[in-house]
Amino acid sequence: MNEGRYSMTHLAKAALLVAALGLGACTDPARLGGGSGDGGFGGGTGALGDPSNPASIAYFNRTVGDRVLFAVDQSTLDDTARATLGEQAVWLSANPEYAVLIEGHADERGTREYNLALGARRANSVQEYLISQGVAANRLRTVSYGKERPTEICSDESCYQQNRRAVSVVTAGAPVN
Amino acid sequence: MRPFARLAPILAPALAALLLIPGLPAQTALAQGTQGPLRIEITEGVIEPLPFALPVFVAENAAAGQMAQRISETVAADLTGTGLFRRIGPEAFISRVTAFDSPIRYPDWRAINAQALIVGAVNVSASGQVTVKFRLFDVFAGQEMGEGLQLGGSESGWRRLAHKVADTVYSRITGERPYFDSRVVFVAETGPKNDRRKRLAIMDYDGENIRYLTDASSIVLAPRFSPAGDRVLYTSYESGIPRIYMMEVSTAQRRVLDDQQGIMTFAPRFSPDGQSVVYSLSTGGNTDIYVLNLSGGQPRRLTSAPSIETAPSFSPDGGRVVFESDRSGAPQLYVMPATGGEVRRISFGEGRYGTPVWSPRGDMIAFTKQNAGRFHIGVMRADGSEERLLTASFLDEGPTWAPNGRVIMFMRETAGAGGAPSLYSVDISGRNLRRVNTGGAASDPAWSPLLP
Repeated sequence: MNEGRYSMTHLAKAALLVAALGLGACTDPARLGGGSGDGGFGGGTGALGDPSNPASIAYFNRTVGDRVLFAVDQSTLDDTARATLGEQAVWLSANPEYAVLIEGHADERGTREYNLALGARRANSVQEYLISQGVAANRLRTVSYGKERPTEICSDESCYQQNRRAVSVVTAGAPVN
Repeated sequence: MRPFARLAPILAPALAALLLIPGLPAQTALAQGTQGPLRIEITEGVIEPLPFALPVFVAENAAAGQMAQRISETVAADLTGTGLFRRIGPEAFISRVTAFDSPIRYPDWRAINAQALIVGAVNVSASGQVTVKFRLFDVFAGQEMGEGLQLGGSESGWRRLAHKVADTVYSRITGERPYFDSRVVFVAETGPKNDRRKRLAIMDYDGENIRYLTDASSIVLAPRFSPAGDRVLYTSYESGIPRIYMMEVSTAQRRVLDDQQGIMTFAPRFSPDGQSVVYSLSTGGNTDIYVLNLSGGQPRRLTSAPSIETAPSFSPDGGRVVFESDRSGAPQLYVMPATGGEVRRISFGEGRYGTPVWSPRGDMIAFTKQNAGRFHIGVMRADGSEERLLTASFLDEGPTWAPNGRVIMFMRETAGAGGAPSLYSVDISGRNLRRVNTGGAASDPAWSPLLP
């Protein structure tokens, strides 16, 4: 599931900007082409760092795994998801300078309002699990995109299952209090 | 023939930049019709559209030539667009209408089976003031239907004049309240499916006069009109998370509604008195329904359940709220008092129900239904009985009622990587499905009240 297919130019630029300006984690994903959940694979080094460096965001995205997937209408975490989040928690404790924005997403087979609420549930599931694994709550924020930002755009289950996701977007900056 | 006795008040001339023209009391104007035998009963289901003749309105001065043509075509388009009327082409005409006061030769119109005849005239003054007058005739009864009316406005507002004329004709013949002189606020979309750009936009009900209210820098969702049509509620990601904003339509000035740090709010709707807003708020992953008085005070929580409660909509009397909840395991429709309290489920069919919207007449609730891989727009009575599905497609969603409660507009999205949404309208009978021409991809329509 770590095979994001879409380029990350918007996010890369934004992350660079954040780093350069020393800003907090308060970017506006909506303004970044919504690519914030799209992965960051294939970009190599650059704003996300060297993927071979375990302390880089690129490493988190690619090797730790930045996202978990959900069954239709569900926000419960399966074993795969819990394993991924466990790894995320380990990485976050090793890299305390980063904060995380957890994005909840849904597939297109639901109404806009319901999917927003469902995305909020999914993001919250991830947040609660990361907290249970020792990540400080003040490093975590959540947002729901509902069905507004699919990564995969076909209209069948192969795409839908990739879109029913929660993505942990690592951002530079001290925890927001 | 009845003398041309009654003149309606003249519309205010300054229209260009503003959306609302004060001045014309539509109800007064429309209440003047007398009931002739010419009548369409919409509830009985019209199979054969009523044929009407609408000779191009007489241009009363040289400056009015093009305006007369445009107004005539727009009046005719409004009427035929309902599916209830059919225009008879001018090539069939036996009589010519060369002056507004020419006597009507009924046999000539009967001979071509025109059941209704609309005669009008247009004048454009040197200062750009447009005046339209018109009369409606019941051809087979051989008499005028209602009294002639005169309307005035600025040149840039000519479409509203045409819609008012068509509204009057529609109301006199159907006995229904009108809806052509209305607007729709919606989300204009561009770009690929995984990077869609969304802008708030407003247009006439027929897709004309599109104007953008926001730029594409933030995702915007699901705008809703205030009962007076002067304000719009919508959800925007401009702060980074979904939050409800309220915008003055005439100035595009906006403010955030419920400004709690990091709290997501969405799915807003005005109360019928325009004084409060009911909406969804998510905290800790749980979404419930809240109400906020716009004159101040704290949000008040109306539901308190671990399930998802969203998409609230007031009954027109303001006493109840219909909403969507998955407390039973899948999304269904529920009704509760507007102050919260006892919740009653009203949807019991197969599938999932969402986005309930109370009809302005109060008798029905429109909704989105998802069942067996298809999406539908449907209506049911407010108690949940008499469910009827009006449409079916890959994705139909988000109904909004015309001001008279007879027509529903909604979004239809096509499947696949190149899929895109468009706006459609359909009668509550399920007939007359039509695509609304918005010039590009569009979603989340919300119909305004009838303009003043």
